[in-house]
Amino acid sequence: MSRALPVLTVLAGIVAIWYAAAVWMNATWVFDQAERAGTTVTWGEVIPQTMTQDRPLLPPPHQVGAELWKGLFGQAITSKRSLVYHAYVTFKGTMMGFGLGIISGVLLAMAIVRFRVMDMSVMPWAIISQTVPIVALAPMIITLSSQLGLEGRDLSKAIIAAYLSFFPVLVSMVKGLRSPDQMQLDLLRTYGAGEMATFLKLRLPASMPYFFASLKVAVAASLVGTIVGELPTGAIEGLGARMLIGSQFGEPLIMWAALFAAAILAGLLILVVGFVERAARKRMGVPS
Amino acid sequence: MKDGVSQPVIEAKGVNLVFQTADGPVQALKDVNLTVNRGDFVSFIGPSGCGKTTFLRAIAALEHPTGGTLTVNGMSPDEARRKRAYGYVFQAAGLYPWRTIAGNIRLPLEIMGFSKAEQDERTERVLDLVELKGFGKKFPWQLSGGMQQRASIARALAFDADILLMDEPFGALDEIVRDRLNEEVLKLWARTGKTIGFVTHSIPEAVYLSTKIVVMSPRPGRITDVIDSPLPKDRPLDIRDSREFIEIAHRVREGLRAGHHED
Repeated sequence: MSRALPVLTVLAGIVAIWYAAAVWMNATWVFDQAERAGTTVTWGEVIPQTMTQDRPLLPPPHQVGAELWKGLFGQAITSKRSLVYHAYVTFKGTMMGFGLGIISGVLLAMAIVRFRVMDMSVMPWAIISQTVPIVALAPMIITLSSQLGLEGRDLSKAIIAAYLSFFPVLVSMVKGLRSPDQMQLDLLRTYGAGEMATFLKLRLPASMPYFFASLKVAVAASLVGTIVGELPTGAIEGLGARMLIGSQFGEPLIMWAALFAAAILAGLLILVVGFVERAARKRMGVPS
Repeated sequence: MKDGVSQPVIEAKGVNLVFQTADGPVQALKDVNLTVNRGDFVSFIGPSGCGKTTFLRAIAALEHPTGGTLTVNGMSPDEARRKRAYGYVFQAAGLYPWRTIAGNIRLPLEIMGFSKAEQDERTERVLDLVELKGFGKKFPWQLSGGMQQRASIARALAFDADILLMDEPFGALDEIVRDRLNEEVLKLWARTGKTIGFVTHSIPEAVYLSTKIVVMSPRPGRITDVIDSPLPKDRPLDIRDSREFIEIAHRVREGLRAGHHED
């Protein structure tokens, strides 16, 4: 309870600011309407009207909540209007990208730690890759993969997601695989351990805390990548497509509901990763 | 192995070791001659930079002499390592935090390819030997520093090496724990008959433990005195108040001082 209180206080503050901003931003429309009708409105009349518009500039929390509820539970989850359906599409892309990112991040880290030439040649490019804005790259990746004859958007979305998520895994794993000190390495040398044994018995387990720390960042990055991959023209499924449709058709409620669905998805993913991390830590004997 | 017959285990003849550093070559060992016989307890004592740890590491093939000959069981240190001739105990216990105590002791056994059954059997045996029976399932952080170091000794004993090399194993422990562990090491040595090489910079520790004390001095690292201890094999802690003990300690101190004067 003592932990919930500060969080709830901040939440209440955010909601209050949000409502105030909604009144302030949506009032313009109410005043415009009144002016056109040649009437005047008092603030007492304005405030209720800022709360119920169909296309508010900034939807107040309860409208977003209602739209979110409708999107999640208002229809069959197989419906194209269901946020559960779109979230599932995004989730699938995120997981594929996450998996691809982990695999490429770990493999690259292994190569970089093992081969000095890889360290000198690949590492700078990995860093440079992250300075290119993903929004610029995403359409190129999609065009390229369809050019190569890849059906559907799943793979190109996964590549975009992996592009963002491999990096934190790579950096952490390089650090983790290099974390054993000289004494620990000498110890294995006195056993005549080969490179394989050194990797499996020492470097890999030593890197696990670094690995799990990077997963939380990577899964969030992967979700962002997937959503960005759903933005460019053509996508009709996924939370990213939903956001784009909302903004293009002037349906802010749809956009905001999709935004919150994405936030909830991100929260759930991080929760699950945290859970896996705790289980792994427990197995590895870390005092809780 | 007949009693009373000296069998050389470690033989150093004119060993030189030069490190190439950024500031130019550093002579870590100069013309080191030493014979260690089977069952000896040899201490290497001297100020830092005297090469005592370097010499121990050279025996374990962690460093390689740049001159002279060094043999372990009549072989090169590298060959001896492949024949599992020695267990090495470092200054810090260096237990893997993600493995239990038993898991840590199994580490060398896994690498050396012992069967699962034999791993278990050996782990039990060495845990008993260092008086950690019942602690196998604990993780390192659940044990005190002294117990961790005992576990690391057990780990070095697990694969039955004839030679135990210990590099200031108790340097980081307080004096009370250290006294206890010194007693236990002596008991262990008596029970197993291993040859032990022990690096320390504590004079009482060296005199209390050793059958042979090698006094070294720095710049360049070299041996200034080798003392064969006349103390009996059975040594209660209060032997340290005996006249003989004090005489040996005095000789060690003189040796250390002489090394310093030559600077």
